[in-house]
Amino acid sequence: MIRRVLGRMVGAVAVLAAVATIAFWLLHAAPGGPFSSERRLQPAVERNIEERYHLRDPLWRQYTTYMSGLARLDFGHSMKRPDTVGAIIRRHFPHSLIIGLLAIGFAALFGTALGVIAAARRNTWVDHGAMLIALFGVAVPSLVLGPLAIRLFALKLGWIPPARADSFVGYLAPAAVLGLIYAGTIARLARAGMLETLGADYVRTARAKGVSERGVVWRHALRLGVMPVVSYLGPATAGLISGSFVVEKIFQIPGLGFYFVDSVTSRDYPVLTGLLVFYVAFLVALNLLVDLAYGWLDPRIRDQRGAP
Amino acid sequence: MTAPRSPTRDAWRRLRANRMATAALVLLTLMVIACVVGPTICGWCGLDATTLDLDLLASPPSAAHPLGTDSLGRDLLVRVLEGGQVAIVVGVTATLVALVIGVAWGATAGFVGGRTDAVMMRIVDVMYGFPTVVFVVVIRAVLDAHSMVSLFALIGAVSWLTMARIVRGQVLTLRHREFVEAARALGAGPTRVLVRHILPNTLGPVVVYATTLVPQTILVETFLSFIGLGVQAPAASWGTLVTEGSTQVAVSPWVLAGPGLAMGLTIAALNFVGDGLRDALDPQASR
Repeated sequence: MIRRVLGRMVGAVAVLAAVATIAFWLLHAAPGGPFSSERRLQPAVERNIEERYHLRDPLWRQYTTYMSGLARLDFGHSMKRPDTVGAIIRRHFPHSLIIGLLAIGFAALFGTALGVIAAARRNTWVDHGAMLIALFGVAVPSLVLGPLAIRLFALKLGWIPPARADSFVGYLAPAAVLGLIYAGTIARLARAGMLETLGADYVRTARAKGVSERGVVWRHALRLGVMPVVSYLGPATAGLISGSFVVEKIFQIPGLGFYFVDSVTSRDYPVLTGLLVFYVAFLVALNLLVDLAYGWLDPRIRDQRGAP
Repeated sequence: MTAPRSPTRDAWRRLRANRMATAALVLLTLMVIACVVGPTICGWCGLDATTLDLDLLASPPSAAHPLGTDSLGRDLLVRVLEGGQVAIVVGVTATLVALVIGVAWGATAGFVGGRTDAVMMRIVDVMYGFPTVVFVVVIRAVLDAHSMVSLFALIGAVSWLTMARIVRGQVLTLRHREFVEAARALGAGPTRVLVRHILPNTLGPVVVYATTLVPQTILVETFLSFIGLGVQAPAASWGTLVTEGSTQVAVSPWVLAGPGLAMGLTIAALNFVGDGLRDALDPQASR
């Protein structure tokens, strides 16, 4: 088990190095730089700025400087703000993390509950109603849902503060908006997974020995029925990152997504590369956790690979 | 009168028996027709997507402007229909790009097998964990390209992963079936076996998944337009319209409502058609 985890970590570091390398060369091949503007700077000023960011070094030298910095967890300095990339991440990632966790938690719990209930009562109005809610989540993009939620809950009803995230309540609405689309997909996956499991032999055995229907659904079938959901959580989290750009902007949350989009439009390359590497590192770590959860949920996989 | 039975005809009959899927298909057809011919007809009446009605700035829905006007006095119905044209082109083009890459990748991996298969599918696994849409953002920003064609191609280029997995799975199960052995015994080369005998049999799942890809690509376009890397003003796409509406929701909610409703209905309808197709093409899986 430990060896497997270690092996995966080595692979993860290789993937991260590859992402950083590709991002570095891509951005340096791009036309126009962060300091290129209509107005020419004085040569001395330009030279000072370029020296400050090692831009006068040969490209391969810049590359090795950048990579060795990354190895020491030094993401470099923003070219537009008086901040290191590390400081930006430390200051603003917590906002994004809270919303992301709330959103994925909401999506997983609400979506699974919806899917399991729909499967347990299949082809009744309960099933159809649950799937209609799921469809609503899938079909209405957060770009539409977010502003409507602000109008209804913040401006009309006054339940949540509009465009402020300094209290826990302020996080709830953006998290719900962000999570709903994944809740919809998860509900469909959970329903399909549960329908398959409810027809399995071991569930029939449980029924035959007199387990109540509720026990069959929630104790016996659920564990295997949610496997598709668990494997979807990785890709869902990856999608959550791009979703967070939208939600953070709509709800005016000072999260990392705002800085990512800003670094794109202002060509702040160190921030862009740094955040990209950070996002990928975060996701790679998360996928490793999902894999471990897989082994814990399904004893057949666990035994096959040796007990943890 | 009995029509000759064929798998396609049977599937079509099963699809038509599904009321929701049929309704969704009719709705989609109507929307496509409206989007294609609508702006032209409105143009004859002297109303196009950039006509400014300066007496009616940001006015709510009325007889003259059924979906209202935006803050510049442009008719929203025409703009929604024009945005629909973009959505159709994005959906079809990006899906086709994803289809070609995904089928080629998955079929090669599944058919060649062995080490090639392992490496190719490992790449897919790794990319699955990536925020692929974020990469599109980076590439769009770097290339400084604002052309629509490159936008659609890029969206397609990050949407093929699941397609590759589906096709590979199908190819793996088909590879050792009797009819493939028969074709091989008759002297067909590997390319001919793959293209003429195996790939046509993966059509069902591929079509079903392609249907679910269309709404995904439309959503990616919306996202890119929202952060300013998609369709550029004054051209209208559902992405730019919804973005514009989202900033004015406090004062003129109809600017968001029209395009939002069009988008939601289209995505929902495509979902119903996809579900219906899955049940129709794969009778065993229907529940």
